[in-house]
Amino acid sequence: MSFAQAFPGDPSVDATLAAAHKLTRDEYARVVSVLGRVPTYAELGVVSVMWSEHCSYKSSRVHLGRLPTTGPRVIQGPGENAGVVDIGDGFAAVFKMESHNHPSFIEPFQGAATGVGGILRDVFTMGARPIANLDSLRFGRPEHPRTAALLRGVVAGVGGYGNCVGVPTVGGELFFDRAYDGNILVNAFTCGVVRTDRIFYGRASGVGNPIMYVGAKTGRDGIHGATMASDEFTAAGPSQRPTVQVGDPFTEKLLIEACLEIFAEDLLIGIQDMGAAGLTSSSVEMAARAGSGLELDLDAVPRRARGLQPYEMLLSESQERMLLVCKPGKEPRVREICEKWELDVAVIGRVTDTGRWVVLATPDYDPLAAAPVARAPIVVCDLPVGFLADDAPKYDRPQGDDPSLPARHAFDPAQIPEPASFSDELLRMVGSPNLGSRRWVYRQYDSIVRGGTLARPGGDAAIVRVPCTTEAGTIDKWLAFTSDCNGRLCELDPYQGGAMAVAEVCRNLVCVGAEPVGLSDCLNFGSPERPHVMRQLARAIDGIAAACRALAVPIVSGNVSLYNETDGRAILPTPTIAGVGQLADVRHATTAGFPDAGLVVVLLGTREAVAGPLGGSEYVAAHTGEVKGLPPTLDLEHEVLLQRLLLDCIRSEPRLVLSAHDVSDGGLAVALAECASNESVAVKDIGAELELPPSKVSLAEQLFGEAPTRVIVTVLPSDFEQLARLAEAVGLVAHRLGISGGARLVLRAGGSACIDVAVEALAAHRRACLDALVGEA
Amino acid sequence: MRAAVVLFPGSNSDVEMIRTLREVMGIPTDVVWHRDTALPPDTELVALPGGFSFGDYLRCGAIARTSPIIGAIRRHADRGGYVLGVCNGFQILTEVGLLPGALLRNEHLRFECRDIFLRTDAEGPFTERRGAVLRLPIAHAEGRYHTDPATLRRLEAEGRIAFRYAHADGLVNASANPNGSLDSIAGIYGGPARNILGLMPHPERMSERLHGGVDGKALFDTLLKTVAGSSNPSTEERRAQVAS
Amino acid sequence: MKATVYVRLKAEVLDPQGEAVRRALAHMGVDGVRGVRVGKLIELDIEAADVDAARAMLKRAADELLANPVMEDYEVVVGSSA
Repeated sequence: MSFAQAFPGDPSVDATLAAAHKLTRDEYARVVSVLGRVPTYAELGVVSVMWSEHCSYKSSRVHLGRLPTTGPRVIQGPGENAGVVDIGDGFAAVFKMESHNHPSFIEPFQGAATGVGGILRDVFTMGARPIANLDSLRFGRPEHPRTAALLRGVVAGVGGYGNCVGVPTVGGELFFDRAYDGNILVNAFTCGVVRTDRIFYGRASGVGNPIMYVGAKTGRDGIHGATMASDEFTAAGPSQRPTVQVGDPFTEKLLIEACLEIFAEDLLIGIQDMGAAGLTSSSVEMAARAGSGLELDLDAVPRRARGLQPYEMLLSESQERMLLVCKPGKEPRVREICEKWELDVAVIGRVTDTGRWVVLATPDYDPLAAAPVARAPIVVCDLPVGFLADDAPKYDRPQGDDPSLPARHAFDPAQIPEPASFSDELLRMVGSPNLGSRRWVYRQYDSIVRGGTLARPGGDAAIVRVPCTTEAGTIDKWLAFTSDCNGRLCELDPYQGGAMAVAEVCRNLVCVGAEPVGLSDCLNFGSPERPHVMRQLARAIDGIAAACRALAVPIVSGNVSLYNETDGRAILPTPTIAGVGQLADVRHATTAGFPDAGLVVVLLGTREAVAGPLGGSEYVAAHTGEVKGLPPTLDLEHEVLLQRLLLDCIRSEPRLVLSAHDVSDGGLAVALAECASNESVAVKDIGAELELPPSKVSLAEQLFGEAPTRVIVTVLPSDFEQLARLAEAVGLVAHRLGISGGARLVLRAGGSACIDVAVEALAAHRRACLDALVGEA
Repeated sequence: MRAAVVLFPGSNSDVEMIRTLREVMGIPTDVVWHRDTALPPDTELVALPGGFSFGDYLRCGAIARTSPIIGAIRRHADRGGYVLGVCNGFQILTEVGLLPGALLRNEHLRFECRDIFLRTDAEGPFTERRGAVLRLPIAHAEGRYHTDPATLRRLEAEGRIAFRYAHADGLVNASANPNGSLDSIAGIYGGPARNILGLMPHPERMSERLHGGVDGKALFDTLLKTVAGSSNPSTEERRAQVAS
Repeated sequence: MKATVYVRLKAEVLDPQGEAVRRALAHMGVDGVRGVRVGKLIELDIEAADVDAARAMLKRAADELLANPVMEDYEVVVGSSA
């Protein structure tokens, strides 16, 4: 039995107040029974955020255990601030993807900006220098009245933050579907690099060690960001409680530099970012991982708002703050470094061995007051660490089938009338918001700061040089980054969709010459309290797990975002996968565009899946406005063989494959158009004269079907036979489509041209794809 | 030749500037903190890198003028020492008054990162041949050069407009101007001997093959030639030392 | 008719720009500045039947465009730029 006192002005705590904090009746009863008393108002707030879906993963934890998270390169899997994967020579990649969906819908610029800030902190808190960002974005249909403003705000916010902190944003996704009309998705990814002997963890150990607060001052920002409880029970009025946090990338940049200096001098036991549920979750998690206890003195917390109550200080989500546990005697040096970078710093507590999380504060004490009252702290929280963290509720929620699926699967895309001109159809497709050039977006991101970007945004994956320096010298490493998820395929078949997201990420990495080394997942779904959403989540996880196992690539970090719905309408299930690959040699770097005229253009894939079914495709969505039809399925065995063959052919000496591009959204014709019209002013666009492989399915399906496990490559004419033999030997097929060259993309089927368009027209349509939405680029 | 890269809180293109100077060009390079009050002895080139000094709050480059190192940079420049300001560095040089004019928000109001083409319009320590076209990346939200008509006439008359935004063939017109810059100006010379160059595009991000080109390296090559050509024995001695 | 709309961050919202300016002033030796908040001043030249109509029109302009109600407050001054 512990003891904690109410603070002057606290509302009285009862089941009704607990319900307003989104604790269920049973959960609240458990709190009272374990504590042996009614919790204080501050304790109630703390328990509610720690047990929120966001912090506790209470609906998803039972399923997440099925993901493969280990492997020979894995140094740290899920459970820490970010995952860590060995990249050799004593260095590791540290990375994670995280959602910031709800805040971005309320205030797109700041929501997206603070999302980037949060994921950066998760990565550099482990000792790593951030070297690349990705941003995976999903919006409602382009014609929805809010879409344009949300898109502009989010893209400017991502850029505004990433550009200022000086971390290149090298890629991501942009996708529109009506399912996101009321709930956009902003998933931010950061990768950093660290020496393997200098990885820092979020652990608070060593009795008596000082706990230091570093960074921006605490205000009333985003209180209840983690639970989104109503304002009516708070002491101050709603206008005083901005739920939107404002990001300060300048302070973040200083925080990065200060922390990296502190890491280099080995002054810390542990460190953790104050993210969701701020001081509370960061301190509880650090104590939980170390099996220790903590005592925090809120009087010492740097603040910028007057009259902050313990409840507010504990739950504030003010940005750009870190919690450090210092090595004994190192506190003065940490202080010195923070002061050099003009950051607030304060000792706000000590590590204990009690296993309890104890918080002290003086009633009415306010250091900002003209004449602060004398300090006489009382205990405002005294809770067992384990009770808050590991003993949080865990639910295996009921699952059920999506009742709408059978009718949607039954839709036959052949009902869509054949376009009068496939040339015009292709121009329309490549110029559509979902398939055209993303340059309006990525040009707003500094993709080349730090001078290491070898492959910029616009290709299958970005490549960044990472100089790894030790006492012995510098070795350049080359990492590749990409992210993917097709929510439409996930909706029609969550298992297949999840597996395909993993397969496509890995395929994209292989297409640029990299070997996939690790993945992060960001699972965006609707309400877990609805059985069919729960089934989507469970099945998607199974699909992801199966593909990870087949491709031998682990999930090392991730995030779950549930309750993504508005007015009872859930988003498309969107398990975004971000992948990190490594190039064994920079000479393996491969681009998507046709590199020269006179090369043989080859469709590398399986014998069966030359063309894909149209179910769930962009083509069907464009013509019907709906997500329906039988979606393609993934043959994991062939997928593995394809990726292995492609990587071998890129790595061979001399190099066999000269360019490679994944066939995905929009199908074969769109992929070929992308090969013919690249995104760089430095490279010339080159057309091709091609013949589709023989097929019995409709032309629309051949051109725009979205079957996976297909890659377009080019080889020297003299090398084609060799590629064909290598493919044949592993049960794959190298379909010879034709020869690159000229200023037109010509596609023939059975001898007659079905598509004949100028490369210049393709490029112009691709460039203009967002004009209607955001004005001319 | 010896260089100093000045670091302000919020500088973020220091990595590529230092790498280009040290590793690509082989120039011994010191890093100077903005609170320092002196440059290392024998500094010949002061490079102000890109970034968001002091968060670019208030105005880009405005708060950097309060940094103690600015006095030393001013003295170095007044003596004819070389100063290169790239992007935020250019903005700082205009804010402290070492170069005329100001950099305003891009006409289209967006941050813009992409390769553009530049026509060389003045000869000087960093530029050898008028008319030469370079491909360099830009990455800025506030790069629209602005000055009063009299200053513009003076810059033009004195041949101090170093670079204009152009098409790949060197044609300068509005459609090649990425930010609405006055008279398509991308960079200008200043100082008693054109020893100060400020430009928005990033030569240090186009100095290695991985960047997709080496047009930016040409500026540094030319500077080295200029310095070698000047009859400064101490420089020659130092070059010999470095080479050995 | 001239009108001015002042847009400020709400008191509780972090103003990183103001804080950076405060620090710079301190470094310059401009002492005694305890806090800085940076806002926007928007001058408008408007046509309206009377001051009340102008106010109503500007209120709509501010609510829907000039200020972001999620994080900003505003003040409308009609007639002179105070």
